Amino acid sequence: MNRFELVQTGASAPGGEPTTQKNVSHRGEPANPSAEALQSKFGASIRRVEVIWGETVVYVDAAAVHNVIQWLKDDPSQRYDFLSDVTAVEYRDADAPIEVVWHLRSLPFRRFLRVKSQLPKGKPLEIDSVYDVYRAADWLERECYDMFGIRFRGHPDLRRILMWESYREGYPLRKDFPLRGRFSRSEQLRQALAQNPEARYSMEELSIADAFAELPQEMRDRLGKGERTGE
Amino acid sequence: MGLSTPAEHRTVSYAPESQEGWVATRLDFLVNWARANSLWPMPFGTACCAIEFMATAASDFDLARFGMERMSFSPRQADVLICAGRVPFKLAPIIRRIWQQMPQPKWCISMGACASTGGMFDNYAVVQGIDTIIPVDVYVPGCPPRPEGLIYGIRMLQEKVKNERAADKGTRDEIEPDPTSQLYIPPSVIDELGEPFGNSVNQTRSGL
Repeated sequence: MNRFELVQTGASAPGGEPTTQKNVSHRGEPANPSAEALQSKFGASIRRVEVIWGETVVYVDAAAVHNVIQWLKDDPSQRYDFLSDVTAVEYRDADAPIEVVWHLRSLPFRRFLRVKSQLPKGKPLEIDSVYDVYRAADWLERECYDMFGIRFRGHPDLRRILMWESYREGYPLRKDFPLRGRFSRSEQLRQALAQNPEARYSMEELSIADAFAELPQEMRDRLGKGERTGE
Repeated sequence: MGLSTPAEHRTVSYAPESQEGWVATRLDFLVNWARANSLWPMPFGTACCAIEFMATAASDFDLARFGMERMSFSPRQADVLICAGRVPFKLAPIIRRIWQQMPQPKWCISMGACASTGGMFDNYAVVQGIDTIIPVDVYVPGCPPRPEGLIYGIRMLQEKVKNERAADKGTRDEIEPDPTSQLYIPPSVIDELGEPFGNSVNQTRSGL
C-alpha cells in the first residue's frame, strides 16, 4: 500500500484500515512526494529535504515560506488543509540559527509534511505570517512570538498570549533566558500584581458582540431575539 | 505520690479585668460553632489538586458532612478560599482580587505543594507559594493531597475557627498591600521564600 495515496471521502482507505507503521528506520524511509513536487516547483528556494523516522522535513528559504505554504494548501495535487502547529527551535549551539517549524497535514492524501525555515541570529527575527492562509496560525504565531520573540510580518494582532502584556523579562524559551526569570521573586511578584486584570481582557473583548456579523445565520437569529449565550 | 507537682506551680493567677465574661465566651462558642460547621468554600482550582478537591466534595468522601456542601463560585458569598493547584504570576492579581472580594470573616486553605511553595515549578512563571499574595490559614501538603488530607486540613481550620474570640479584633484585619508595590509582606521575605532548594539549584542553565 502506498501511504501517500489520495483517500476519497466516504471510500474505504487503500489497502484496508490504516495501521501504525512499525520498524520505521531513522533514515532512508520513502520521502513524501510533496517534497519532490516542491523541489521542481520552487527550485533553489528549497534548501534540502530530510526524512527522519519516516517524516519528511523540507528546509525552505525564509523569503519563500509564505508562497510555499500557500501553494501546498491550494494546489489540487497537495491539499494540505490542516496546519497543526507553528513553533520554533533554538539550539544550544550559539551560532546555530533559530528554526521556525510548520506542521502541515493533508487530510485527503493522508500526508504529513514538516516545513522548516532557518533564521540566523544577529539579525532581527522576522518571517512572513501565514495567517492569511490558515486562520489557525493566529494563536500559534502569537505563542511563538511570546516564547521566542519571532515577529511574524502580516499578523493582524501580534501580542503576547501566555505571558501578560506588561511582561518585561524577555522571551522565556530562548536559551539565554534563565530558568527562574531575570528578576528577583519579589520584583516578579510586584510586576505581576501591578497589572490590572481587566485592563487588557475586558468584557467587551471577551464578548462576541464585535463578531456578530460573522456568526452563523441560525445563531444570529437566536441572539437577535435576546437569547442569552450562557456567558 | 512523690510525683505530684510542687504546690507553688499549682497556683492560678486570675485578673478579672482581663477576662471576658460568661456571656461573651458563650456567645463566642455559639457563633464559632455555627461558623465552623457552615463554611462555604470558594474553589480556586487551577490544576490536578482541583480533581482531588472534586473527589473530596463527591459522595465517597462527602464534604457535606462538615457543612461544606455548598460550593460558592462567587467570592462574595464564600468563607474559605481553597486554592487547589499552582498559581502562575499571571493569576496573581486575580487571586488577590478574589480574596479582597470575599467578606469577613474569611479563611484560606492552600491545597497541595504547588499552591504552598511552588512545588516542582521553580521557574519563571509560577508564584512560589500563594502566601506571598494572600494570607494562608492552613497548608495541606501533598502532590496532590488525598481527600483525607484535605478533610484533615478542613478539620484543622474548623478547630481554628472554634478557638477564635470576638474580642480579638486582630484576626479580622483586612490585608492592606503597599499601595506602590502591591505587596503585603516585605520583598526580602518573598525572596527568601522563593529561594531555590534541593536539586533544583543545578537546573538553571542561564550560563549557556
